[in-house]
Amino acid sequence: MAEKVLMKGNEAIAEAAIAAGCRHYYGYPITPQTEIAAYMAKRMPKIGGVFLQAESEIAAINMVYGTASAGYRVMTSSSSPGISLKSEGLSYIAGSDLPSLVVNVQRGGPGLGSIQPGQSDYFQATKGGGHGDYHMIVLAPASVQEMASLTVKGFDLADKYRMTSMILADGTMGQMMEPVSFEHIEVKTYDKPWALTGTRGKRKHNIITSLSLVPKELEEWNFSRYERYRLIEENEVMYEEFMMEDAEVCIVAFGISARVSQNAIRMARAKGIRAGMIRPITLWPFPKAPLAKAADKVRAFISVELSMGQMIEDVELATRCKRPVLLCNRVGGMIPSPESVLAKIEEAMGGDRT
Amino acid sequence: MNISRVTLFAGHYGSGKTNIAVNYAEYLAALGYPVTIADLDIVNPYFRTSDSEAELAARGIRLLRPVYANTNLDLPALPAEMYDVVRDTDRFAVLDIGGDDRGAYALGRYAPSILEENRYEMLFVANFYRPLTRDAGAALEVMREIECACGIRFTALVNNSNLGEETTPEAVLETAPEIERLSGMCGLPVKMTTVRRRLVPALADSVRHLFALDLQKKYFESFPSA
Repeated sequence: MAEKVLMKGNEAIAEAAIAAGCRHYYGYPITPQTEIAAYMAKRMPKIGGVFLQAESEIAAINMVYGTASAGYRVMTSSSSPGISLKSEGLSYIAGSDLPSLVVNVQRGGPGLGSIQPGQSDYFQATKGGGHGDYHMIVLAPASVQEMASLTVKGFDLADKYRMTSMILADGTMGQMMEPVSFEHIEVKTYDKPWALTGTRGKRKHNIITSLSLVPKELEEWNFSRYERYRLIEENEVMYEEFMMEDAEVCIVAFGISARVSQNAIRMARAKGIRAGMIRPITLWPFPKAPLAKAADKVRAFISVELSMGQMIEDVELATRCKRPVLLCNRVGGMIPSPESVLAKIEEAMGGDRT
Repeated sequence: MNISRVTLFAGHYGSGKTNIAVNYAEYLAALGYPVTIADLDIVNPYFRTSDSEAELAARGIRLLRPVYANTNLDLPALPAEMYDVVRDTDRFAVLDIGGDDRGAYALGRYAPSILEENRYEMLFVANFYRPLTRDAGAALEVMREIECACGIRFTALVNNSNLGEETTPEAVLETAPEIERLSGMCGLPVKMTTVRRRLVPALADSVRHLFALDLQKKYFESFPSA
């Protein structure tokens, strides 16, 4: 049979995590990401891994904290309200410089909100939902194949920089089915001399903690952590340009919004409007440089989001407000139609010219 | 094709049950039968039978569905009128059962009436390109779990092996031995092989009992499309 399989986005994340060497998964069910846990429940026992349904999201993230301390690849997943519950643990993991992979298959909010798709956890993911100065590497897949490949990438980056990688998907990405290939997956391994693996009386013990009794020392930890963040901003930005060569209007969109926008751009091109897109694949680090460069060429930007306008602030910052940035959005579990994005493109061009 | 008063489609989640149920209901309606389609899926939050509400209504097909389908609420409640599938024996009923054993539990409530009336067929939908049902053995495991959950035995198989937009005639043909193997293991016949309509010309000579599917809904273009 063909080497591809037909998968839900959520299943692709789970299988990719296994391919990346993750043998520890802790979670708590919540729509629209429950298939990740269901898949892990079926697969982990067959490959000698651990699937554990925790008593709560808070318990699950702290199990991640413990397992990461021991140097194992570990993940948890949830959807928006569950990620809020995990935020304290995420801050502790950041403060302890531990690698982990956390998946947020977003739904509409705030509060209990909706089981339908959303992207309104952008601020929470990119600016740090928990307390203190920290970042997570935030990856935004726009296809089921990317749900798989970015999960593997997320584990690698997490180990490389000793921090959390978050897969920031949305309900549509989690639920939609597309063919996926798991060939060409390269798994990197990293030495973890800091891990709590037992000294056997032969080495000095390691300490994993986010606590420092000396303010000056805690300040130094923060400085060195931000030095690492600077390297990530320099080296790990990922984005994709679509029809940007001659674009007059630049759409900025990620995840499902990017897919809708791709259709809108084709519709605009058919009407003779030169639209293009810069699709951030890493939301943190944000692709500031390509946007700044585009600001010298295009007339306007359009941020397409399933939120009341969150990423738009990063677009304005990256472009230093050189050009107007319009917002095209739906919320509460709704998705903008290609037609509504097209209307916004026409508005950015100064009205319908046909 | 042999047609029963009640046709149930069950299988692993994501195997294509909803799409086939909608197409099968439309097929029966086109033959002139009065048809009711029942969305019994209490598991899946998105991409549902209810998404085809307008198309079904246009063909005079009655739609029964969970009370909160396609809302913001994650509450698996079935309406009282769902009993019409077993009460209203003048109409043909097509039942779209939720995936796996968890989805099939909801069917158990109606199983005694369906078994008593005994004019049903329950079809196991298989897609051998789904990662957890890659072969006949894995599919059989899911079959038995579903039967245990709902209390009804399967009566025939449907081969719906596909890779979505990337399905080729060869990809369908490659799964033919596997559905025969499953048929041999469980002793049930293959009622049909379901394929997108565009694939029918290439497969008409080599696959028996082809059933053409017109995609229920196309939600998003493939990506990246370039």
